[in-house]
Amino acid sequence: MMLEVKGVGKSFRNDAGVKEVLRGLTLHVREGEFVSIVGPSGSGKTTLFQLIGGLELPSSGEIWIGGRNTTGERGHIAYMPQQASLLPWRTVRGNIELSLGIAGIDKKRARELAGEWLARIGLAEYADAYPRTLSGGMSQRVSFLRALLSPQPLMLLDEPFGALDALTRLDMQRWLLSIWETNRRSVLLVTHSIEEALYLSDRVLVLSASPAAVTDEIEVPFARPREESILLDERFNALKGRIYGQLKEGRKEG
Amino acid sequence: MGNKRSLWSKVWPPALALAAGIGLWQASASLGWADAWTLPSPASVAAEALKADTRERLAEHTGATLRLTMLGFAGGAAAGFALAALLHLLPGLRRGLSPLLILSQNVPMVVLAPIMTMLFGYGMLPKILLVMLVCFFPVTVATLGGLAGGDEALRNYMRMIGCGRWTLFWRLELPGAVTGLFSGLKIAASYSVLSATFAEMLSPKTGLGGFMVLSTRGYMQERAFAAVILIVALSLALYGLISLAERAFTRWRPRKEAAERDA
Repeated sequence: MMLEVKGVGKSFRNDAGVKEVLRGLTLHVREGEFVSIVGPSGSGKTTLFQLIGGLELPSSGEIWIGGRNTTGERGHIAYMPQQASLLPWRTVRGNIELSLGIAGIDKKRARELAGEWLARIGLAEYADAYPRTLSGGMSQRVSFLRALLSPQPLMLLDEPFGALDALTRLDMQRWLLSIWETNRRSVLLVTHSIEEALYLSDRVLVLSASPAAVTDEIEVPFARPREESILLDERFNALKGRIYGQLKEGRKEG
Repeated sequence: MGNKRSLWSKVWPPALALAAGIGLWQASASLGWADAWTLPSPASVAAEALKADTRERLAEHTGATLRLTMLGFAGGAAAGFALAALLHLLPGLRRGLSPLLILSQNVPMVVLAPIMTMLFGYGMLPKILLVMLVCFFPVTVATLGGLAGGDEALRNYMRMIGCGRWTLFWRLELPGAVTGLFSGLKIAASYSVLSATFAEMLSPKTGLGGFMVLSTRGYMQERAFAAVILIVALSLALYGLISLAERAFTRWRPRKEAAERDA
């Protein structure tokens, strides 16, 4: 099992008292599986990622990555945030090299990997450009590549296309699928978009509002490689309706 | 091409203003609005400065002032930067020392200078310390601001991929503070020449500050004015050098935006 979140609870203390964000949350991601989490805003998805990333300690429960208890430990995940988060003073290649270096890959190998893959995704001419010259879509491609090339087997994608316009977003989803389907990694994706979750994932988990818990789990029945035509499939729409209903329910409870 | 034109359009207004100022100054002397012994004309200042004897002494004193300025500036900037890094990495220390830092800037130099002289004698040391004391503060404050003011999203990303405190400092916070550091250095550069000149007035043997005092006492206003012009030129040159260095260090920043920010 790649990732196991075992009965994790998290509460924050502030002036207004104690706020319970997660309660008894349990989920898992298998080796090479693509799992998405959808939930209403404020359902503690960010907190969940910070717990898995080891930036916060859970109030109860444990996080296991790669069959080892890694609760509160950092450096076990590859990460793609909502904002591309490229260092503005480093070139595109330099940004990829830095992240790989931090993950423990030696300089020469990181350089080779970055050059090779930038060429493969058609951004070779931007290798020595500064991030400010990239469009939003290009920045996110670099950001995804940076996570994909990191040696950690588990990737966390935190609403990676949330800031893009609808058209670019669809392009990016298609692009991500094409790369991922030939370079399988274990992925946990957080998103607001039900379509995005269904289109990309093997499994979709639905979270309720705070305190968050998994209210539904859906095995996505479409074969890979995924065709764009599934977006028009009847089963696709039925699942969309089911998740939508779950989200509405979850919000009422919260 | 566009660059040349924009450079020209940037240069000519201040050049014109400067020329007008000098013209007005010359006119006030030529037309007898001011007495020559209070306000010598620019022509007479230039004539005095170009005399072989004066020129030699001006060169010598400029050299001394330059040396003092550079030593004090370099020492002050280094101390300021080191202090900023230390205070940033140890927040407890920052809370304790911040009030003292501000206090150090509130003691007037006029009081500090004689104390320094009493403690360290009439040599170079008290003067260098005085310049350092003036220079470190803007560098510390600007660098501290730069170190603390990083992008939250970037910080979160770096921590998520497993960066420790040191990596975070070297890879994210320090490069992010370069812009702040340079604005501190520019302020310190302008202060450094001024405070060096002031320090030289303590024991007016060497340096433009001393030369200025002695010239005024001897009613040789032309010489004093020549010294003032050299001090201004030194100050501008140092500021220009730092701006050039800043350009080299912040090539990633779009130039246009940088120009707007500095304006």
